[in-house]
Amino acid sequence: MPTLSAITDEQVEILIGDVLEQYGYDFTGYSRASLKRRLIRLYTLDKQVSFAEFRYKICKDSVYFRRFVEQITVNVTEMFRDPSFYKALRHKVLPNLATYPFIRVWLAGCSTGEEAYSMAILLKELNLLHKSLIYATDINPTVLEKAAQGMFPLGHMKQYSENYIESGGTQEFSSYYSASYSLAKFDSELKAKLIFSTHNLVSDHSFNEFQLILCRNVLIYFDRDLQFKVLTLFDNSLEKLGYLALGTKETTDFSPISKRYKRLETEKIWRKINE
Amino acid sequence: MKGCKALVIGGSAGSLDVLIKVLPELDTDLAFPIIIVIHRKKGTDSLLADLLSTKTQLLVKEVEEKEEILARTIYIVPSDYHLLIENDHTFSLDYSEKVNYSRPSIDVTFQSAAEVYGEQLVCLLLSGSNTDGVNGLITARNYGAEICVQDPSTAQVDFMPAQAIASVKVDHILSTEAIAAYINTLN
Ligand SMILES: C[S@@+](CC[C@H](N)C(=O)[O-])C[C@H]1O[C@@H](n2cnc3c(N)ncnc32)[C@H](O)[C@@H]1O
Repeated sequence: MPTLSAITDEQVEILIGDVLEQYGYDFTGYSRASLKRRLIRLYTLDKQVSFAEFRYKICKDSVYFRRFVEQITVNVTEMFRDPSFYKALRHKVLPNLATYPFIRVWLAGCSTGEEAYSMAILLKELNLLHKSLIYATDINPTVLEKAAQGMFPLGHMKQYSENYIESGGTQEFSSYYSASYSLAKFDSELKAKLIFSTHNLVSDHSFNEFQLILCRNVLIYFDRDLQFKVLTLFDNSLEKLGYLALGTKETTDFSPISKRYKRLETEKIWRKINE
Repeated sequence: MKGCKALVIGGSAGSLDVLIKVLPELDTDLAFPIIIVIHRKKGTDSLLADLLSTKTQLLVKEVEEKEEILARTIYIVPSDYHLLIENDHTFSLDYSEKVNYSRPSIDVTFQSAAEVYGEQLVCLLLSGSNTDGVNGLITARNYGAEICVQDPSTAQVDFMPAQAIASVKVDHILSTEAIAAYINTLN
């Protein structure tokens, strides 16, 4: 087969080996089709001229490596993405957590935080925010810095507001932020219940017990083996009768944890029914 | 074309009607998968797969991520995800930036399929009002894939197929009526 793309399959493997050795970041279980596409994108964006130089830069320049992690992971996200999912959280999941004295939520792969602020709004409207804590984690420190600021482009608010209303939101969406220049700055009351920190799902361990774990649109980037490993990590971090929520195209089916979980009919939300 | 390993069909405005005409005429023992990427609104996925499955005896299903790609099956790409193909002939879904204001993007799947199937890939671009798919055809052409485009004069919206014909060397320009027969010859 001709080698027509800027980066070949073999070169993808070389880079995966390099970053594991140099930085301890393990991408071996990632979808190759996506990794390759992101690598070619970065190579082209940064106007790299040869693979050798590209490789050298990644290995020797830790500032560039940070950019590498930032760019090869996909950070696209939205507030109240998939409104019907948030509706299910609002009506079917969170009411069952209301009796707990304290609610711990883990949002794994939170990207720039839109999901975390959505979650905080939901908890607030159900009068649960005061006794909740949302641990929002990601592999990528750059997105977490953005997330901690709680400022999102004002231009996105129209779409987010529509999502919010469709998800069953009861307030005026704009009451949750103040506009400053082109940014919407979200209330510090929401922010106070969010803890952002780095956590690598591939290599880091469980760090608490939760009643609700959300990990949406992250597993699609992993191969089956890594998906199972990460699902087991979630299983070990979830209390009995706790909930696990995945992205609309992700599933616990086929995984070793599936028999302990019962799915809520329509959404990708599972309840842990057995230890 | 001998030994087709996959047919990828891309389309936008006006392409659903073409599929509805073509599917009933397809042989039901096709030795390759058909992967369909069409632009549409979010959240209408199962409806589309349900609709198309009434038109053929072939299995029609929405893509599940990491599922093995099988012959005699028509796969529909879910809305709001790009579809990528792995070297081991499984699907991956991707929620990265839109391409040509589209997710799924036809370009993304044509390109990914070209890298995996090379000369054993057939790409078909149908009716549409934008240029998504054209760059993908160019890549697929470079990888030796067979390139087909719906005859613009038979397309509801001729812009997309016309752009393709202007930008890439096309192997077959097929009228709506000729598409099914052509696909059956790939078997
Ligand atoms: C497409 S975003 C999903 C954002 C959000 N959950 C959503 O569904 O809108 C995927 C996120 O997963 C993160 N990620 C990728 N690999 C990871 C890993 N090994 N550990 C933790 N996060 C990871 C990426 O940095 C990115 O922010």
